[in-house]
Amino acid sequence: MTQEITGAQSLVQSMEEAGVEVVFGIPGGAILPAYDPMMDSTKIRHILVRHEQGAGHAAEGYASATGRVGVCMATSGPGATNLVTPISDAYMDSVPMVAITGQVPSAAIGTDAFQEADIRGITMPITKHNFLITSADQIPTAMAQAFHLAGTGRPGPVLVDISKDALQAMTTFNWPEELNLPGYHPKTRPHSKQIREAAKLILNSRQPVLYVGGGVIRGNASDSLRKLAELTGIPVVTTLMARGAFPDSHPQHLGMPGMHGTVAAVGALQQSDLLITLGARFDDRVTGKLSSFAPKAAVIHADIDPAEIGKNRHADIPIVGDVAEVIPDLIAALQAEIDQGAHGDYEGWWAQLNRLRETYPLGYDLPEDGSLSPQYVIERLGKISGPESIYAAGVGQHQMWAAQFIGYEYPGTWLNSGGAGTMGYAVPAAMGAKVGRPDATVWAVDGDGCFQMTNQELATCTINDIPIKVALINNSSLGMVRQWQTLFYNERYSNTDLHSHRFPDFVKLAEAYGAHGLQCDSPDQVDSVIEKAMSLNDAPVVIDFVVHRDAMVWPMVAAGTGNDEIMYARSIAPEWGSEE
Amino acid sequence: MSRHTLSVLVQDQPGVLARVASLFSRRGFNIESLAVGPTEVPEVSRMTIVVNVEELPLEQVTKQLNKLINVLKIVELEPDQSVQREIMLVKVKADLETRSHILETVQLFRAKVVDVAHDAVTIEATGAHDKIIAFLKVLEPYGIRELVQSGMVAMGRGSRSISDRTVRSSDKSA
Repeated sequence: MTQEITGAQSLVQSMEEAGVEVVFGIPGGAILPAYDPMMDSTKIRHILVRHEQGAGHAAEGYASATGRVGVCMATSGPGATNLVTPISDAYMDSVPMVAITGQVPSAAIGTDAFQEADIRGITMPITKHNFLITSADQIPTAMAQAFHLAGTGRPGPVLVDISKDALQAMTTFNWPEELNLPGYHPKTRPHSKQIREAAKLILNSRQPVLYVGGGVIRGNASDSLRKLAELTGIPVVTTLMARGAFPDSHPQHLGMPGMHGTVAAVGALQQSDLLITLGARFDDRVTGKLSSFAPKAAVIHADIDPAEIGKNRHADIPIVGDVAEVIPDLIAALQAEIDQGAHGDYEGWWAQLNRLRETYPLGYDLPEDGSLSPQYVIERLGKISGPESIYAAGVGQHQMWAAQFIGYEYPGTWLNSGGAGTMGYAVPAAMGAKVGRPDATVWAVDGDGCFQMTNQELATCTINDIPIKVALINNSSLGMVRQWQTLFYNERYSNTDLHSHRFPDFVKLAEAYGAHGLQCDSPDQVDSVIEKAMSLNDAPVVIDFVVHRDAMVWPMVAAGTGNDEIMYARSIAPEWGSEE
Repeated sequence: MSRHTLSVLVQDQPGVLARVASLFSRRGFNIESLAVGPTEVPEVSRMTIVVNVEELPLEQVTKQLNKLINVLKIVELEPDQSVQREIMLVKVKADLETRSHILETVQLFRAKVVDVAHDAVTIEATGAHDKIIAFLKVLEPYGIRELVQSGMVAMGRGSRSISDRTVRSSDKSA
């Protein structure tokens, strides 16, 4: 006979069945019943965070670093609404995540009860799917479906809202054998005819580019991407979400395209005659003004989400499928053509691109007053900590510099908020990554603006023995906004001065949280302070890098302009040279 | 812009109407008409949605709609290969002088009078969108006191059913 248990026990058992190891969350009234049996679980580690937003980003960091579904938990009302930002973030960046929220008792739903919020309604447009569960018997099925939906197809966040009475009611536990989702059949296997046509088009093109997006990382397709690139000799660009999908050290890698991409990567897309688009979505930060994006290029677009294909740019060869299946199939089709004597001829193309790459490498000017350059700090950090480390960035100038000046070699080592652009992502995401990959060195590369949004999670890190390291790029400003004010608002710096060179004292703040606080304001101390931080593993470390505030992110395609108008540095437009 | 009629089979679950409606509004589409009701398959509801959009955005909204987990199948019904009907109840001023004219019009449009008061009649009319509009135009001079219209419902002509294969399997993607 099956044993009677509470809905709350059923919830915990469901999480165990789904293979959950870690939950980031905060209890409160409506979710309280679930926290009682959680205490007895030997399989699930619950990490008590300091703010629900931290729980959500931690779940994202955990998921992005491990490829597993991240889990966060909160109570009803404000607890749930504090999860909205990370849920939205996970939706934009296709992060597999399950958010579990308590809801007021079912009889009180709709009465504006204490701590009631319609979180299902609120999160409808920012979740892959969501559930409102008001009966204990429905919990295992909803949980099984939630984990399946979050982790398969195009990954994304799924919210399960459970009323308090459902958690308290008695039920029996039945883990469903079948998922019964008649409206959900992700198509992973590409159409063979499309693959053959794509292969032909690739071999007939003269200026092709592999335009690689975050889907290649989510889809675990980095190894086959490398095989595809090496088989064909085609240049590769990796978007902000795809940094690490292809080794930066690889000679075929032109770097990141987009608003702050390399001239070679942006130029390659613009001058290309064929974009081989893999798990990317033609985001406006990559395309610039859409009408002038890659004007001569035919487009092969492979994505697991059919709605991405043709959304922003017409696809000449649409391929719906999982990149992990699409790329090997493409390799086989190309190999078959090559065996029959076909081959691509990209020599002239490479000459053109190599000239761009050599003439316009990524770089930066050192401040004339001898003060600390933020780019230099980030570059040294990448060199010293190396490509095995994980880097989570906030949003802004430091994020762009971390995408540009750290060399990534492996997928899952670069975590950031790409689509949503959520300031405050770095510290909790680094925490989640460190929990999922405890052996890796995990850096949060953060700005002083971002850091002040979520640094409370340092307490969580210290207390739960999660020794992350924070490289705080402190330019005392909302740097990216300031950069736009410099360029587009006549240097009128309205509300971007944070005065963080004066307050707070970040070293003291770190110490108050039980972390090591270090500071560095001169170039000759950079290496030693990073090495010092690398040697400290008994607690989190925060390095306050007091940097020059007028540094700017270059190259730049100004918002609303076309990619051809990229500026290599202020007032320096690249010369594109002769085109065929 | 052109009018399109979508038949959408959905799982009959709480919130599904909100999901569909909010998707249209979030992606910037106006729903011209919407009707929901049960089907021959238990637990499956059918929505008939009329939208005024160009071909390309329609494809995008259909794909987005398909991503909703509760959506089982979407079919666009072509006007010439489907039957499309709306129902209207209209209360028209009618005195001794105008009543007989109104009743004549009602007969002409194959509508029927469902309620009579001393100074008004309530008329029920069913038909395609254009017929309803035409009928209303004729009634207007008499004075319309109250008007209510349903969303359009539509069904493909011929012997096939759109829900035939759907509930067992569908070609949906993530």
